[in-house]
Amino acid sequence: MTDPLGRPPVRLLVPAALGTLLLLLPLVTLVAGTPWSLLGEQLASPELREAMWLSVLTATVAMTICLVLGLPLAWVLARVEFPGRGVVRTLVTVPLVLPPVVAGVALASAFGRTGFIGEPLRELTGFSLPYTTAGVVLAHTFVALPFVVLSIEGALRTARREYDAAAATLGATRWLTFRAVTVPLAMPGILAGIMLGWARSIGEFGATITFAGNYPGTTQTMPTLIYVSINSEPEAARSLSLVLLVFSIVVLVALRDRWLVAR
Amino acid sequence: MSALSLDLEVPGRVHAVLDADRGDVIAVIGPNGAGKSSLVKALAGLVPARGHATLDGVDLTGVPTRERGVGMVFQDQLLFPHLDARHNVAFGPRARGVPKAEALRRAEQWLTRLGVDDLAHRRPGELSGGQAQRVSIARALVTEPDLLLLDEPMSGLDVGVAASLRIELARHLAEFGGISLLVTHDALDALTVANRVLVLDGGEVAQFGTPDEVTQRPVTDHVARLVGLNVLRDGTELRAFEPTAVTVDLNEPSGSARHHWRGTIVVVTPHGAAMRVVVHVADDGPELLADVTPAAAVELGLSVGRVVWLSVKQTSVRSYTAPS
Repeated sequence: MTDPLGRPPVRLLVPAALGTLLLLLPLVTLVAGTPWSLLGEQLASPELREAMWLSVLTATVAMTICLVLGLPLAWVLARVEFPGRGVVRTLVTVPLVLPPVVAGVALASAFGRTGFIGEPLRELTGFSLPYTTAGVVLAHTFVALPFVVLSIEGALRTARREYDAAAATLGATRWLTFRAVTVPLAMPGILAGIMLGWARSIGEFGATITFAGNYPGTTQTMPTLIYVSINSEPEAARSLSLVLLVFSIVVLVALRDRWLVAR
Repeated sequence: MSALSLDLEVPGRVHAVLDADRGDVIAVIGPNGAGKSSLVKALAGLVPARGHATLDGVDLTGVPTRERGVGMVFQDQLLFPHLDARHNVAFGPRARGVPKAEALRRAEQWLTRLGVDDLAHRRPGELSGGQAQRVSIARALVTEPDLLLLDEPMSGLDVGVAASLRIELARHLAEFGGISLLVTHDALDALTVANRVLVLDGGEVAQFGTPDEVTQRPVTDHVARLVGLNVLRDGTELRAFEPTAVTVDLNEPSGSARHHWRGTIVVVTPHGAAMRVVVHVADDGPELLADVTPAAAVELGLSVGRVVWLSVKQTSVRSYTAPS
């Protein structure tokens, strides 16, 4: 179909095509270079399965924590007017732009063996977060929580406040309104936020390796396993990367209605 | 002592003083921005207000919305989209601690009373505007409120749907027994549903009386226009007369008519079986309405821009004083 405004100029089309190519080419070569004949064997290796299981486990636990803490936080930001609300919202978004490795260092300063909370915690209970599975969960939660909060807050804002007013005239407490009206209405957005956080958590590398290390069985997740195998077993690294790519595409497809549809 | 006594001010929006008894249905009318919605929202506790609103001896101001015993019907219904009609209506009883089975039974009872029991399992998205408004009226009444607030429940509905809903609403409000405030911009609502009319203008109460008083002796231009009455104002002295009492001539009338004006026709439209002529009186005078037969309109050649004389007999004019 010809555009009545004229043909799109070549000087815009060429960079657009190059940009698309730049984004797609590495993914295509990744898929093309996958050692398909070895794939089954590699996916069956105990090391990989352990890392995959740990990734899914820590991401899921982290998302449960994100839901328990993030949903109330998003609700407070969306529904309660208090001085400094803008500041709190900005502070919540900081980890979003923080380099993950810095997040790991920051976590160590708070929860490390000699950290602000980590030291008294260790003295009291003998338990220390760094280099444990719980440490991985903490790193994932820290990195993914901003995604979850911002995404859910957006969903709560689109669920009209007038419904809260209608519920109040019917005698509902705010807690009942939250449970029976606000959350069900915002459910698609809440699920999208959790999916997004889960994907972020599955791919988390910098904060995890900085704060929790890379011990097979306890803190070695998929990305950190890829990192150590890229030199010793490049084929295995490729197979693992393919698995993560499939994860990402599944999340993308699940969220396509929210993120891909042009509005 | 009156069941409801209020002196309520929403700063910058509305200030209203009024008393009402059980069984009263008060139509709240007035132009856009007169403060009608603000008044009912203040009574529901949804906007902050100063003053007091005493219902059966209890001051509502300071009581949170959910404990006020106030039912509210919204213009856009605000039915919860994720619940079917039955669960929407059962929401209020459930919120007040009624067991689920009993709440659903009451909901079905009220849906039946509103004639929408066959829609009990539909979600709001599957209901027409009129059906949704019936469900939302059931949802407000099932909680047995002492005060029912209806914020323009009929606007946004088709004329026919609004007409049948109006008749039913009149019946339900009469049976209701509590006090109802019905915000509307339709004179018919005020005449058919209400036994009191509260006229708001510029955030103040302009008039409060029976539908007859307000429609026969309106003190605001808005109500005069709503009921289609000519009202002339001279300080606090008002004169009102029906458009049908007005005679239209092409020449200055010489008879006994004491009131006559010269002006230019600005609108000619069919009005029932007659033609309604709107005349802008010369020298920046008021706009007056006159109803003439279609035959007379043709004979006189009444069309927009034509200069005519209007006259009305003294016996057709009601003179009264606006309450200060």
